[in-house]
Amino acid sequence: MTNPTRDAARQSDKTYGKLHRRLFEGRAGFFTVSMTIAVLIGGVAELVPFFTADYTPEQGGWVTPYTPLEVAGRDIYVREGCYTCHSQMVRPMRAELLRYGEWTRAAEYRYDRPFQLGSRRIGPDLQRIGGKYPDAWHYEHMRDARSTSPGSIMPNYSWLHENTIDPDDVTRSVRALQRVGTPYTGDLEGGVPMSLQGQGEEIVSRLAEAQIETTWDREIVALIAYLQRLGRDGNAYLSQEDSQ
Amino acid sequence: MKKATDPVSVPVSSEAVDRNYDDAIVKMFFTATVVWGLVGMLVGVLIALQLAWWPANLGLPWTSFGRLRPLHTNAVIFAFAGNVCFLGIYHSMQRLLKVRMFNDLLSRIHFWGWQSIIVAAALTLPLGMTQGKEYAELIWPIDLAIAVVWVVFGINFFGTIAVRKVKHLYVAIWFYMSFVITIAMLHIVNSLAIPAGLFRSYPIYAGLTDALVQWWYGHNAVGFFLTTPFLGLMYYYLPKAADRPVFSYRLSIIHFWALVFIYIWTGPHHLLYSALPDWAQTVGMVFSVILIAPSWGGMLNGLLTLRGAWDKVRTDPVLKFMVVAISFYGMSTFEGPMMSIRAVNGLAHYTNWVIGHVHSGALGWVGMISFAILYWLVPQIWHRPLANPKGPTQHFWLATIGIVIYTVSMWAAGLMEGVQWRQVNEVGLLSHPVFLDIVARLRPFYWLRLAGGAMYLAGAIMMAINLWRTIRGPGPPARATQPAAA
Repeated sequence: MTNPTRDAARQSDKTYGKLHRRLFEGRAGFFTVSMTIAVLIGGVAELVPFFTADYTPEQGGWVTPYTPLEVAGRDIYVREGCYTCHSQMVRPMRAELLRYGEWTRAAEYRYDRPFQLGSRRIGPDLQRIGGKYPDAWHYEHMRDARSTSPGSIMPNYSWLHENTIDPDDVTRSVRALQRVGTPYTGDLEGGVPMSLQGQGEEIVSRLAEAQIETTWDREIVALIAYLQRLGRDGNAYLSQEDSQ
Repeated sequence: MKKATDPVSVPVSSEAVDRNYDDAIVKMFFTATVVWGLVGMLVGVLIALQLAWWPANLGLPWTSFGRLRPLHTNAVIFAFAGNVCFLGIYHSMQRLLKVRMFNDLLSRIHFWGWQSIIVAAALTLPLGMTQGKEYAELIWPIDLAIAVVWVVFGINFFGTIAVRKVKHLYVAIWFYMSFVITIAMLHIVNSLAIPAGLFRSYPIYAGLTDALVQWWYGHNAVGFFLTTPFLGLMYYYLPKAADRPVFSYRLSIIHFWALVFIYIWTGPHHLLYSALPDWAQTVGMVFSVILIAPSWGGMLNGLLTLRGAWDKVRTDPVLKFMVVAISFYGMSTFEGPMMSIRAVNGLAHYTNWVIGHVHSGALGWVGMISFAILYWLVPQIWHRPLANPKGPTQHFWLATIGIVIYTVSMWAAGLMEGVQWRQVNEVGLLSHPVFLDIVARLRPFYWLRLAGGAMYLAGAIMMAINLWRTIRGPGPPARATQPAAA
């Protein structure tokens, strides 16, 4: 039984195969190099422009680096895997602007290492969460999310209210961030612990107004500092642009 | 057709008996595959339960969702799928190249190195030690270990190719080569970071550049960890199990080169509607859509290999698993490009639809083809028939129904939340302004997903017991060429 179409395909397979076999299949080294070039092209074309050009222009310097306490809070955010449920990216769509506020500008991420855009919204976006609720709300929300948000499926993070941050550890983080290019200046050894306590005490006093007693070095205080910081520079800059 | 000179046909297995192949390493990777597979899927079922019923987070740091989800993804990708790849590569490449692995010591360093990395991951992730980049969470000392072990694997792999006894490289080997080279490149570029102590580091990239590098890595982990090595495995084990030559040699050439060239561009489709420059988003989207062509080329080459052998699919569970695996590969690689189209992505992004898509690829393609290979391989290398020959068919139906429940519930959930997030009423305000209302409506879907996932895990447990009884059981050794479930 003959099948002309299939026979033609077989024949063509052979011609094709001869060329491919002669060029590549017997020569493993050449094959490997060719394949490597094939996968390099896309990567180089897409990534290199980002390494050479600055796609997050300073735009008047309206984005400031995270304070040491916010760095500590961000490290906790990363440690607890908050990005597995929360995004930090408001998309330029009508419903997102209504629900979350201004869409996220590239510059707002300029000091984010690692980025935390997220890939899933099991909970809401957090890009513009800063200033939306008082500190005490976050304190209670992290202890038991149901207390502030009925029906929430978020885990309880009560250990944040017990654990303390280590100023030496935070200093190490700030120094590492400085080494990768975040513009921190001055004496980090002395400055970081002082800044931690200063900003922490402010949050502690605001919590005290809500009859919550805690100390400046608790992890929850650092996390609140970070959450209240989210989107703050962007909100300030973009609302000022609006009013002009 | 003379099999020995035709690169399309796979060498016949009976020759293996006479040759001095290292099957001990294959058996080691087999054990690791089954153990880590069960662990990874069990963690998956646990975090699925946590979404349906939050108290399952147990109020402990190391059992909370945010720490266990990376454990699940790392375990199933790098521990389960990784060990399947190594198992299949070490088994098939010795036979394809008719030579023992280059160096037994390197094989052992690779095996024990990789398992140590997995143990380190299983300890550090629940402790909250993470770099916070998806599928690249492991802390920098583990990243260094991965690079070293990968280089060891690479030397062993290319060393074996260098000392091969067959001049022409069979198509499976091409796919393995792309796996070894590209994963090394992706891992190193994405992991560049400055340490701040032993357990913490900060990437050298910031903001959207970090995001772009990460998704260039992340999507190609899907491409070159969960796709190309598994296509290589398909090209070896499918013709073996079906006893048919590969449908088209020409198609395999075209789809190999097109796939490896196009895949690498697609990362930015994870960042659509972000502030990433438009040109990068568009390039990512366009290449993602083009990718459907080589993907379906591979799918068709697999399915058409069964031409004239479809009657065997009725009786042979190994082929059943393979047919469903290749079909899910086709469906996922259609769905993926669809979801990369901006307008569709606007609805699908951040929803459960993405979870459904990932699992149609992971459970359907990677999982099912892995089960097929395991059921086929164990009787081959242990030289005895399966302890329970009916087991694979029962596993097949349990897993298939489980996947369907899983993916359909997540698709429905994703569409629902995607629509409700964006719905506005006649005066232009949000129809569902309270986010938690939408969360509450997802609960039934989370329970359904849990049921589907649990069925899939139950099937995997059945397989583990069956294969363990096959290996340890008292059954008399059968002929080496005994097919899996004849």
